[in-house]
Amino acid sequence: MKDAKIAKAFTINPADNVAVVLSDVRPGSTVILPDGKSITAKTEIPVAHKVALRKVEPGEAIIKYGETIGFAKVLIEQGEWVHTHNMGYEE
Amino acid sequence: MSGFLGYLRPDGQVGIRNHVLVLPTVSCANGTVNMIRESLKNITAIFHCHGCGRAGKDFEIHMRTLVNIGKNPNVFAVCVIGLGCEVIKADWIASGISESGKPVKALEIQRNGGSRNTAKKAISICKEFLELAKKENRVPAKFADITLGLECGGSDGFSGITANPAVGVVSDWLISKGGTLILTESTEMIGTAHILSRRAVNAAVACRVENVIVEAEERAKNILGPMASMVIAPGNMDGGMTTIQEKSLGCITKAGSAPVEDVVDYGMHPSKKGLIIMDGPGYDTESMAGLAAAGAQVIIFTTGRGTPAGFPCVPVIKIVSNSRTFGEMEGDFDVNAGTLLEGETLEDVSKRIKGKLISVLNGEKTRAEQNSQEGVICLYTGLPSF
Repeated sequence: MKDAKIAKAFTINPADNVAVVLSDVRPGSTVILPDGKSITAKTEIPVAHKVALRKVEPGEAIIKYGETIGFAKVLIEQGEWVHTHNMGYEE
Repeated sequence: MSGFLGYLRPDGQVGIRNHVLVLPTVSCANGTVNMIRESLKNITAIFHCHGCGRAGKDFEIHMRTLVNIGKNPNVFAVCVIGLGCEVIKADWIASGISESGKPVKALEIQRNGGSRNTAKKAISICKEFLELAKKENRVPAKFADITLGLECGGSDGFSGITANPAVGVVSDWLISKGGTLILTESTEMIGTAHILSRRAVNAAVACRVENVIVEAEERAKNILGPMASMVIAPGNMDGGMTTIQEKSLGCITKAGSAPVEDVVDYGMHPSKKGLIIMDGPGYDTESMAGLAAAGAQVIIFTTGRGTPAGFPCVPVIKIVSNSRTFGEMEGDFDVNAGTLLEGETLEDVSKRIKGKLISVLNGEKTRAEQNSQEGVICLYTGLPSF
């Protein structure tokens, strides 16, 4: 499935700005969301990791479960992998 | 169906298993316990690595955990094996367990002619216990008699979106039947103090919820320094979890939506029903020992990366979060919740978990029981562990 150009993602809460991808995603792949909408992956995203559903400014909250799970360390574009390299929980 | 068939104990509690337990008070007695187990396959042996060289808070934790594991309603009778010179005395443990009214005997190796002679005496005691145990029959019991321990280990990015929310539905069902739930692993509640304290039944309980989580956070900061905000095992990082807040939110969803009735220390038997928070470490084997001591007859354990560990006298039901891990380690899991990502509804997945829970209450063996994932337990110490 590594070469698939279409991948699925799972969202939990309507307020979330990230979704969980259900397979390994390659840059340029189409990521289909549960509501049928889709976004284009900008980076590689490993299975079970988070993809940004929209642009997130530096310092802005990353929302999952409708709650803050951390903050963007840098500008994160829609379709980017969201993990320790670009987010953290520094108060 | 309004209930299940269980073993009624003299103290009114209901067990779902009928173990004759051999319990060492100190690791020096493990060899003797092993001799007993080799002779009598039907006993349940526990091994652990503590029991001596402990003082203060550690002493209290070990005393109550060992006594309360003996009092667990899944245990019919206990043979306690001590060495003699250790801090935690076999007679004290046996006397604590005897308050429950179940058969209990204690033997010290130094007073009974050494390890082989002690094993010989213990074997004849255990044979009597096994005969008595055979006479126990399952009787109708209510779901309100059940205490369900909740545990997660080796979580991944799917644990919090498949397995844990599905278990949360089953948790809400058990609460609606008058049962008890224990949510523990304080380390994994860090970042959710504002959510869990909002759910407390009163201000005093809310304050204790916050204290438990704040203390867990302080312990993490003291040990890990700048890395404290990432108190997640590397496996969890590989699985897609980024921060402890993310993991914690996914973790607490398995306790459903009930109000928090009370907060208890590690290994303490709660005096209230409903959702209880037990302070304790995130390390699975220590955590499960605490749940067994708190009186849980059954544990539901969610995992993403795949954890085979069980507990000697408490059936552990394994719920896996994704079909890939399920396919790779199928023999270690009882329910695959990964189907939620493939179109099965939350309602249907939770129905399968509830069905499995009821079968296990009635005697069906869990995968961990079938795979002998039992025997060694770890006890929580005053020193933090993760």
